[in-house]
Amino acid sequence: MSDIWTGIVLTIIGCYVLKVAGLSVPERMLAHPLTIRVSELIPLGLLGALIAVQVLADDDGLVLDARLPALGVAALLLWRGVPFLPMVAASAATAALLRLFT
Amino acid sequence: MRIPGLDALEPSDRAVVADSLGVAIAVGAYGVSFGAIATASGLTVLQACVLSLLVFTGGSQFAFIGVVAAGGNPVTGAVTATLLGARNMFYGITLAPLLRLRPLQRWATAHIVIDESTAMAVTRTSTRHARLGFFITGIGIFVLWNLFTLIGALAGEALGDPRTYGLDAAVGAAFLGLLWPRLTSALARVVALAGAACAAGLVPVTAAGVPIVLGGAAAVLLGLLLASRTSGDVT
Repeated sequence: MSDIWTGIVLTIIGCYVLKVAGLSVPERMLAHPLTIRVSELIPLGLLGALIAVQVLADDDGLVLDARLPALGVAALLLWRGVPFLPMVAASAATAALLRLFT
Repeated sequence: MRIPGLDALEPSDRAVVADSLGVAIAVGAYGVSFGAIATASGLTVLQACVLSLLVFTGGSQFAFIGVVAAGGNPVTGAVTATLLGARNMFYGITLAPLLRLRPLQRWATAHIVIDESTAMAVTRTSTRHARLGFFITGIGIFVLWNLFTLIGALAGEALGDPRTYGLDAAVGAAFLGLLWPRLTSALARVVALAGAACAAGLVPVTAAGVPIVLGGAAAVLLGLLLASRTSGDVT
C-alpha cells in the first residue's frame, strides 16, 4: 500500500506544479506552437490508450468480455447527448447485467 | 473567501453566478463515480479523498486509478496522471492575464485551474465576469467534488467485488466521457484511435501501465506528423 501512497504523492506534486507553472511562467516561454500542439494532442492519445487498456486488458493479456459492449453503450449514449453520470451508470449496468445472464 | 478584484455582486453578475453554479453541481456530482471506482479498484477511502482534495483534476485522478487497478506500477500511474494534467498548464497561461493574481494568490488559485473553471472564464466577454465564472465554478466544483468523492468512496467500499456492478467497465465509460468533447476533428479521432490501437497492441508484450504511456506517446507523434503534413487545426 505504501507504493500507492508514493504514486499519489507524485501525482499531487506533478499536477500541482503544472497548474502553478501555467499561471506563473511568462506566456512567451510556453506558447510555442509546437508546445501548444503537443498539449492538445496528449489528452487525445492518452485517453484513447486508457480506454483501450481499461476495456481490453486483463491479467493474461487482451480479453473480450462484458466491458466492450458496455463501452459501446457509453458511446451510443454520448452520441445521443446523454450527460456524464447517467452515461457512466448505464455503461456499468450493461456490464453487470451481461455478467449476470452469461 | 473573497474573489480577487470583486467586492460586491452587481445585477449583471447573476447569470454568470447561476451558470457557474449549474456547472459546479453537474461536474461535482460525478465525484461519486470517481470515489466509487477508486475504492472498488482497491484504494482506501482516505486515498480516494486525498486524490480529490490534493490532485483535484478529474482526468488525472481517473488515470491514476485506471493504471493502478490494471495492476500497473503506481509511479507509472503518476506519470500518466501528470501527462494528462499538462493541459492545466496551458489553461493557466490563458487565465493569467484575465485573473491578474498577486504571487501569493497564484499558489492558492492554481489548485482550481481545471477544464470547467477555465471554460467558464474564457467564454466571458468582460474580465469581471471571467473572474467570477472562474472562481465560482472552481470553488463550487472543489467543494462538491470532494463531498461526492467521499460519498462514492464509502459506497464503493460497501459494494464489494466491483465487477458484479460493472464498475470496472465504468472506468472505460468515464474516460470516453472525458474524451468525447475533444473528438471535434478527423485528426483528433485518428489520434485517439491510434492511442487505443497502440496501447492494445502493447498489452500482451509489456508490463501493466506501460501501454498507456507508450501508446499515448505514439499517438501524439502520429498527430504531429499528420498535423504538419496537412497543417490542419489540431482541435
